[in-house]
Amino acid sequence: MSNKSISHKTMNSKAKARTQNEHAAAIAELGWFGAHKYLLLRRTVQLSLLGLFALGPLLGIWLFKGNLSASLLLDTIPFADPLVSLQLLLAGHTPELSLLIGAGLVTAFYALAGGRVFCSWVCPVNLVTDTASWLRRKLKLPRTSELPRNLRYYLLALVLLLPLLTGSLIWEWVNPVPLVYRAVLFGSLSGLWILAAIFLLDLFIAERAWCGHLCPTGALFGLVGKWSPIKIVASKASACDNCMDCFAVCPERQVLKPALKGQSPVISSPDCTQCGRCIDVCAQRVFRYRTRFTGTQTQLSTGGSTNSQSPSSSSPIRQHIAPKAENDQ
Amino acid sequence: MSQQVKSAFTAKQVNRRQFLATTAKAGCVMGLVGLGLTATAKSQGQLAPQACRPPGALEESDFLSACVRCGLCVEACPYDTLTLARWFDGAATGTPFFTARHIPCEMCEDIPCIKACPSGALDPQLEHISDAKMGIAVLIDEKNCLNFKGLRCDVCYRVCPLIDNAITLERQRNQHSDHHAMFLPTVNSDTCTGCGKCEHACVLDTAAIKVLPTALALGKSAEHDTYLNTEETTLEMLNKGLTL
Repeated sequence: MSNKSISHKTMNSKAKARTQNEHAAAIAELGWFGAHKYLLLRRTVQLSLLGLFALGPLLGIWLFKGNLSASLLLDTIPFADPLVSLQLLLAGHTPELSLLIGAGLVTAFYALAGGRVFCSWVCPVNLVTDTASWLRRKLKLPRTSELPRNLRYYLLALVLLLPLLTGSLIWEWVNPVPLVYRAVLFGSLSGLWILAAIFLLDLFIAERAWCGHLCPTGALFGLVGKWSPIKIVASKASACDNCMDCFAVCPERQVLKPALKGQSPVISSPDCTQCGRCIDVCAQRVFRYRTRFTGTQTQLSTGGSTNSQSPSSSSPIRQHIAPKAENDQ
Repeated sequence: MSQQVKSAFTAKQVNRRQFLATTAKAGCVMGLVGLGLTATAKSQGQLAPQACRPPGALEESDFLSACVRCGLCVEACPYDTLTLARWFDGAATGTPFFTARHIPCEMCEDIPCIKACPSGALDPQLEHISDAKMGIAVLIDEKNCLNFKGLRCDVCYRVCPLIDNAITLERQRNQHSDHHAMFLPTVNSDTCTGCGKCEHACVLDTAAIKVLPTALALGKSAEHDTYLNTEETTLEMLNKGLTL
């Protein structure tokens, strides 16, 4: 294999990314819209869902009633946030059946669609933290020490423990997730200081601190969607030229490495928000939305075979990664 | 090589000492966060005396464990009575309340706010709105109330949805003129729903009649008091005496 040409290519795209726009290689390859496809789609979904809720209070078109904590679609189908419903049960209150049905429907949806799809495609706080992260890259702020990733599970445990101890939904006082909806739908702007705090935390104190390390809602949805059939798959991991563009934009960059270099190309970590940003920014079109089953098939036919049968005559990616993987340890 | 690659991505080995240390650390951090959150919530969550809960609302501490803050009751209210509390509003953030002096409860017969509530924080057992207890009206300022000055204002009495039942006018001799009557608005705390229409309608700059939370408005006799309901007890004794 032409090892040199690949390293050149790597150098080129890296250099490009540094000097010009971020992920310039992808923009050159896929066009601007191609390289922002899922980002635009995601923002559209995020904002139109908020818009659908806002149609009621603003224009009197009652499609959705309520907010993300609990809502009613077309006066018939109930939805409810699983986290708040769990807190309710732990606080010792037996809710109406409609709330339990609503929580069940939401849980079922995210169990199928991918848990943290909520985080990247629905949650309004994502707009804030993505902006902070983008600004962090633009301002070339130094990388600070990251918070431990499993802090969110501790926080989730705490959020579920507090109602048990106090009999009150303590977390809902400060939960930033329903905050934006409440601000837009009910004019409760005074709580937005929490969002400002999160923005500053993400921008200046710790990278991706809120969504990537703390948010208990995201932690719960991650667990809900752990076995979801739809995943992001590095279906052409062999084409990866190590430009690191996906690592720069990924809100949970630790999930990428195992898919690019490990046994299975499926990003199976519950942390992946399935935002599709890695698909957007990759000039080599490595990533794809797939079901986890097709993902495994791809692995068997390409990556898996080289890996298990003839490890020495490996794909170019292996030659780059192997020494690096050793260094990492 | 595949071994190396594989080992690079398997979970980091953690020994017992590290495990105990991180668990203790995380436990401490979470304990501090938990205390902080609880303190904030408790201090922010004191219901201001003038904030009334919607009809059927459970007792405040139960209400706080039941309300999911979805705002469905707010959107169901046809009179825009209810608002979702903001920070510093005198009610737990995101929970529904109303201020009688601004917009009182109109006591809809079908109680749409209760129907909309998915969590049961507004008790669906409440079938008749006149059984609601959102608070109790108290004629709190007898000095400035016009009726106490011998005038026939009567506005609170007239707007009461349970006129002659929750508010009555009690006739009393006017000591000032000595030959006029005073008609004193008097609240019957058993039937008052706390809708707040009287407070809303009071003609004074600051209402002389106010809806207060039930716990604040009502007294409570001592546990050892055996004369809880003198009238009833006496009747019972007399009846018993008669049947014997």
